[in-house]
Amino acid sequence: MAFKNSIAWYYFSSPKNFYPMAGRLIPWFWALSITLLVVGLYMGFFVAPTDYKQGESYRIIFIHVPAAWMSMLIYLVMAGYAIIGLAWKLRMAEMMASALAPTGAMFTFLALWTGAFWGKPTWGTYWVWDARLTSELILLFLYIGYISLQSAIDDPRRAARASALLAIVGVINLPVIYWSVTWWNTLHQGASVSPGMEPKMASDMLTAMMVMTFAFWTYTIAVVLMRVRRTVLERENQTSWVKALVGAPKEKSSEGEKQ
Amino acid sequence: MSKGAITQPSLFAAWRAMIVRDLTLAMRRRADVLTTLFFFIIVVSLFPLGVSPEMAVLREIAPGVIWVAALLASMLSLGRLFSDDYQDGTLEQMLLLPQPLSVLVLAKVLAHWLVSGVPLVLLSPLLGMQLGLDGDAIILMMLTLLLGTPVLSLIGSVGAALTLGVRGGGVLVSLLVLPLYIPVLIFGTGAVDAATSGMEFEGHLSLLGAFFVLAALLTPLATAAALRISVE
Repeated sequence: MAFKNSIAWYYFSSPKNFYPMAGRLIPWFWALSITLLVVGLYMGFFVAPTDYKQGESYRIIFIHVPAAWMSMLIYLVMAGYAIIGLAWKLRMAEMMASALAPTGAMFTFLALWTGAFWGKPTWGTYWVWDARLTSELILLFLYIGYISLQSAIDDPRRAARASALLAIVGVINLPVIYWSVTWWNTLHQGASVSPGMEPKMASDMLTAMMVMTFAFWTYTIAVVLMRVRRTVLERENQTSWVKALVGAPKEKSSEGEKQ
Repeated sequence: MSKGAITQPSLFAAWRAMIVRDLTLAMRRRADVLTTLFFFIIVVSLFPLGVSPEMAVLREIAPGVIWVAALLASMLSLGRLFSDDYQDGTLEQMLLLPQPLSVLVLAKVLAHWLVSGVPLVLLSPLLGMQLGLDGDAIILMMLTLLLGTPVLSLIGSVGAALTLGVRGGGVLVSLLVLPLYIPVLIFGTGAVDAATSGMEFEGHLSLLGAFFVLAALLTPLATAAALRISVE
């Protein structure tokens, strides 16, 4: 059983086999994501009850909290792929790691942005040096560092490996950073309101939040697979299967004319 | 030894040779070292001009200002850590040495810290006085810098190794390294703040020490891996 399983993993770790599988999966994940998004937003905005303290403005947490969860989860998954890529020199894992980064950065930014919108009616300002917001901001810096290192190195192989190492260093540092920022925050100001995380949250709210999380999750998978397919074509353009796929001779001559 | 055509220096001998070499090179280019120091002084001197010359205000922000300036100065000096050796090919020879690369990296970082970190520590009392800190706070700040600047050099070495020979490496390294400096900054300034407001500060120092031990253990491995990726 385990043996069979490992064969399947090796099979799909080859870009040649991964590419068509990803292509088949993408529409499913898109469909799932859009359905969940519609359901989640409907539940969040129409079904979930109004918060007795924060009024209607709390409803942004249905985007904010899942985005914040995804931003952290994606960094972990990215670092996981980075470790696999460095340890077993799997090209597919390297490509997955780098394909995850822009989506992770996007969710981090989204979490910050919606956090600011939530903060304005609740705290009275768009930005507070709250522990969560600050560590989310630092997470954004880490993503930006990763993306800029990758785009600064021309050789794709070196770029992937260097940024993979950076992701691993980052993921080891992340708990330390998070913990020291939390600690710094408790020292400098009293406990602040945390976004809508009351222990007895209405079950509708929780359901809507979970649905939105899965919507973001499936969206991430769909987008990352699309991005990784493009990377595969770019990085494997010397192989015969890519040439056959894109109809190389014609493409190549037109490329040559362009350059 | 009887075969004896090539004798291999011991690990410690290689380690020492690396430190002596890097220090000698640094001493031949004193201007580089001084530039970083003057940068440190200038950045700190800008704050009274930009914020307020009021001593009460300055005293409040002094630990943070000095620490941020030290962070920036130590980051600026990272360029010297590997890039010269990378350009003239010495680094490739180092990768081929029989001694473990991470140990040699530790030697290089130590030499780098002696040249770029220790002067910051020694200079900080002067800047502390400029910003109106009293004697005890200044001594404590020196202590935090003494514990913290090696961590900065160690973490920075990973960034320096990753950005070797990369377009715009100098600016890029700041993006990579500064977020990772944050815990050191928090506890470095936190210790001085705690002491000036009459609270316990030993915990901060212990944590800085813990960061130092962890960084000294882990970052040479990461830096060595990064050098192999960059030189390959």
